[in-house]
Amino acid sequence: MAVMMRIKGFFSKLFGKKRSRVGIYGPPNAGKTTLANRIVRDVTGEAIGPVSEVPHETRRARRKEGVEINSGGSKLLIDIVDTPGVTTKIDYHEFLEYGMDQDEAVARAREATEGVAEAMHWLREDIDGVIYVLDSTQDPFMHVNIMMIGIIESRKLPVIIVANKIDLPDAAPQRIRSAFPQHPVVMVSGLEGNNMDDLYGKISEVFR
Amino acid sequence: MIQGVQIDMLSSDRLSRMTSMEKIRLILDDVRQGYIVVLEKGLTPEEQGKLLESTMMEISPGGFSGIEIETYPSTSGSEGGLFSKLFGGGKTPAGRLMVIGPVDQLKMLTREKDRLIAWASAAQ
Repeated sequence: MAVMMRIKGFFSKLFGKKRSRVGIYGPPNAGKTTLANRIVRDVTGEAIGPVSEVPHETRRARRKEGVEINSGGSKLLIDIVDTPGVTTKIDYHEFLEYGMDQDEAVARAREATEGVAEAMHWLREDIDGVIYVLDSTQDPFMHVNIMMIGIIESRKLPVIIVANKIDLPDAAPQRIRSAFPQHPVVMVSGLEGNNMDDLYGKISEVFR
Repeated sequence: MIQGVQIDMLSSDRLSRMTSMEKIRLILDDVRQGYIVVLEKGLTPEEQGKLLESTMMEISPGGFSGIEIETYPSTSGSEGGLFSKLFGGGKTPAGRLMVIGPVDQLKMLTREKDRLIAWASAAQ
């Protein structure tokens, strides 16, 4: 394994660094797709996927390849992978509250479970770095966050924690910073575009 | 007939004799029967990832809705990490205790500084 890594490193140096696949992970409704859209729109003018207030709007990972991040005179090419919200439970009844009929809610639940399983599999196999998105108005100490950061740390993947939704009146992004002192935390609003330059700077630094 | 919730407490000795997939299979089989599982030694991050992935593959609308999970970690291990901030001591734990149960019965599972609180109800 170590020999393979050395060979991989040698060729990376010889032919230029490979393009990193950066996964956007986090719990449902943290604003992952809004942030992914903001990043991709800033660079390409396109969107990566639809957003809504209904949990699990993103049920399949979506990938945008070759996103060029420019910051401080340096350029970095990454593939952005927007993933479904990670959770340990999905109940279709939750979707009925948003006006869906039963068939639609059941289908959504099935797709969401498949999407989360796929995203977890990719985290093991296919992701080079993680942007972990949290809603600044929510408690960051939920077990799913602790578990995910533990998994990311155990895989030694570079990670940036994004304290999102700082435009909301109840936002407490400092709580996220104090929860994850061992990782870089960037406070942004994916919706309003606040502090995106700080995030691009950190992406250039951490995923290079 | 006794009514209530079965709690399976699995010793670290038993867990150490099992492979990761055996542990995950045992946990999910128990939880799907409505039991609450307490592991003396928590799962590794890799095992937690596999548990989450396996859980998602077994959720069925109208049937199994998933799990509640909470950990009370030990303070041994390498320095740094989230748990050092949470529990002090400047150490990252290997994971000392883990409680896992079916989401429709384990209504509330919370962690305070030095205790886990679980509210369980019997199956409907």
